[in-house]
Amino acid sequence: MILRALDLKSQIFLAITLIVAALVPVLNLYVPESSAFHVSSFAVALFGKYLTYALLAISVDLIWGFCGILSLGHGAFFALGGYAMGMHLMREIGDRGVYANPLLPDFMVFLNWKELPWFWHGFDMFWFACLMVVLVPGALAFVFGWFAFRSRVTGVYFSIITQAMTYALLLAFFRNDMGFGGNNGLTDFKDVLGYDLQSDTTRAGLFALSALALAGGFLICRLVVTSRLGKVLVSIRDAESRTRFLGYRVEGYKLFVFTLSAMLAGVAGALYVPQVGIINPGEFSPANSIEIVIWVAVGGRGLLVGAVVGAIIVNAAKTLLTGWVPEIWLFALGAIFIFVTLFLPKGVLGGLSAFVDLIGAKTKSKSEAKGPSSTAPQLAE
Amino acid sequence: MTVSTADTMLYLNGVSVAFDGFKAINELSLVLEEGEMRAVVGPNGAGKTTMMDIITGKTRPDKGEVIFAGNVDLTKHDEAGIARMGVGRKFQKPTVFETHTVEDNLLLSLKGSRGVFDLLFARRTKAEQARIDELLDLIRLGDRRSEKAAALSHGQKQWLEIGMLLAQDPKVLLVDEPAAGMTDAETMQTAELLRQVAGEHTVMVVEHDMDFVRALGVKVTVLHEGSVLAEGSLDHVSSNPKVIDVYLGR
Repeated sequence: MILRALDLKSQIFLAITLIVAALVPVLNLYVPESSAFHVSSFAVALFGKYLTYALLAISVDLIWGFCGILSLGHGAFFALGGYAMGMHLMREIGDRGVYANPLLPDFMVFLNWKELPWFWHGFDMFWFACLMVVLVPGALAFVFGWFAFRSRVTGVYFSIITQAMTYALLLAFFRNDMGFGGNNGLTDFKDVLGYDLQSDTTRAGLFALSALALAGGFLICRLVVTSRLGKVLVSIRDAESRTRFLGYRVEGYKLFVFTLSAMLAGVAGALYVPQVGIINPGEFSPANSIEIVIWVAVGGRGLLVGAVVGAIIVNAAKTLLTGWVPEIWLFALGAIFIFVTLFLPKGVLGGLSAFVDLIGAKTKSKSEAKGPSSTAPQLAE
Repeated sequence: MTVSTADTMLYLNGVSVAFDGFKAINELSLVLEEGEMRAVVGPNGAGKTTMMDIITGKTRPDKGEVIFAGNVDLTKHDEAGIARMGVGRKFQKPTVFETHTVEDNLLLSLKGSRGVFDLLFARRTKAEQARIDELLDLIRLGDRRSEKAAALSHGQKQWLEIGMLLAQDPKVLLVDEPAAGMTDAETMQTAELLRQVAGEHTVMVVEHDMDFVRALGVKVTVLHEGSVLAEGSLDHVSSNPKVIDVYLGR
C-alpha cells in the first residue's frame, strides 16, 4: 500500500523534504556565519513558516483537488490548531508573565478573572494540547460537514457557508469574554517543553518538525488518494450523482476527507504558532482562507506537490513584495491569480509537467519518424 | 390493477408527484415481472425521467407505493441504498468517470463493500479482475481498458455505462435513452447488448427511437402526462388511436 502511494515523483518530493529537514538546521547551527553555506536564523524562521503553509495547502488540495469540495474557510481549522497550541504555550509561561500569576495568563488577570475557564484546563499538559490540535478542528469539521453534506450543500453554496463559518469564528474570538485573549490573541510565549522559543536550536528544531509534518501529511494524503477510496473521491468530484447511483453514500466520503483535511490544517496551525510567536483572531479572517485556495490554484490542484509549490511561491512573493512596496501586494496577488487562471489553468506544476510531456512527445515522435503522436498531452479534462 | 405477486420485480401503484402544482406523474401504475424487458415510450414531458427518479430514490412521490422484489418499499430509501439493493440506472447523457480508466470505472461499479475504511484498504482481488475482464468482453471495450474514459466515443461511453450497471449485478436495470446520439450500427449493437442481459435482469428501457424499440421486440408502455396511456406490443399500441393522437398531434 505504501509502495503504491509512492511513485517516482512522490519519492523525489519526500526525499527533498527530508533532506531539507536535516540540512537546513545543520547549515544554520553548525556552519559559521562567515560561510556562504550558512542559513540565517531569520531564513529558518521564515521557511519554517512556509512549510506550515505548505501543509495547510496540501490539506486544502486533498478536498478541493481530489473531491471537488472548495472550502473557503480552511483558515479556521488552521487557526483552531494554532489556538490549541497557543493555549499550551500560554500555560507554560506560568508565573513569568507580567502579572506573575502562576495559573492565569496575563490577559485574564488584566480582565480581573479569578479563575481559569473550564476549557483552559488540561492545556498545561503538552500531550493534551497536541490531542486538541487535531480533535478540535476535526470535531468542528465533522459537525459542520455532517450537516452540510447530509443536506447536499455543494459547490458555491458550500464555499459561502465555509466563509460564514470562519467569519463567525473571527467575530467570536475577537470578544474578550470568549477567553482567548480577544483582539490581541495569545502571545509572549516563552518556551515549549522547556526549550526557549527564542533560541536558534529550538527554531531549527521547529523547522525540522514542520518539514517532517509536511512529509507525513503528504504521505497520508498520498495513501488516501491512491487507494480505492481516492478513486471514489475523484468519482464524486467528476460525477457525483453517478457515484450515488452506484451505491456510494457520497456524504460519508466527503465527511471523512473533510475531517481528515481539517485535522491536517490544525497540525499546520499548531506548528505555525510557536514559530511566529503569536496567534490572534486575524487568522480567522475570510481573506486568509481565500488566499490558501489561491496558493493551491497557483501551484496546480489535484497534485499535492503543486499545493506545496504554490504555497511557497506565493508566500515568497508576498515576503519580497511586502518588504519592498507593501501597498501593491494585494494587486500583485490578484495579478498572479489572473495570470495563472488564464495561462496556466493547471497551475505552475501542472503546466510544467504538461510542458515536459510535450517536449518528451516531440522528441519521441521525431525519433519515431513522423509517426502519429498518440502521447500528445490531453487537453480535455 | 394487477396486485403484487412473488415474481413481480417492480410494482408501482397510484404514484403521483407534483412540482409547483404541475403533475409530472399522475396516478401511475406499472408492473414489471422478474426477467422481463419493457420499453417505455412517450412524448417529451410525459414523465419518463421523473418515473425513474422516483424508482431510484431521487424524487419522493407525493403519494402511491413503489414496491421492489415483492416486499421492499423503495420510497423509504435513498439513492445509494436503492442502488445497493440492486436497482441500476443509466442516465440519458452518458455519465462515466472521465478521468478514470475504463477498467477503474468498472472496478468502482462492482458489487461489494462501500464502507469508507474498507475502501481505504481495498485491494483488487482475482475475482474482481475476472469479473472486470468478463464485462469488458461483453461491452466490447477490452482493447481500451487502460485508456481514460474521456477518450471513448459517445457510443462507447454508453456501453461503458451499461457495463458499470451490470457490474453492480442489479436485479433491475433502468436505462434512459441508450440509443440517443448513436449511429445506426451502434443502435443495433446496443439493442443486441440489452437483449443479451435481459432474462438474467429485469430491464426497463426508456426510448424515443421507434426503430430501436422495434429492435428490442418487447412489451411497450406508452406514458402520457404522467400516466399510462396504453400497454402491449409495439404494433398493438401504435395502432391505438389515443397513442396516434398524442404522437401525431391533436
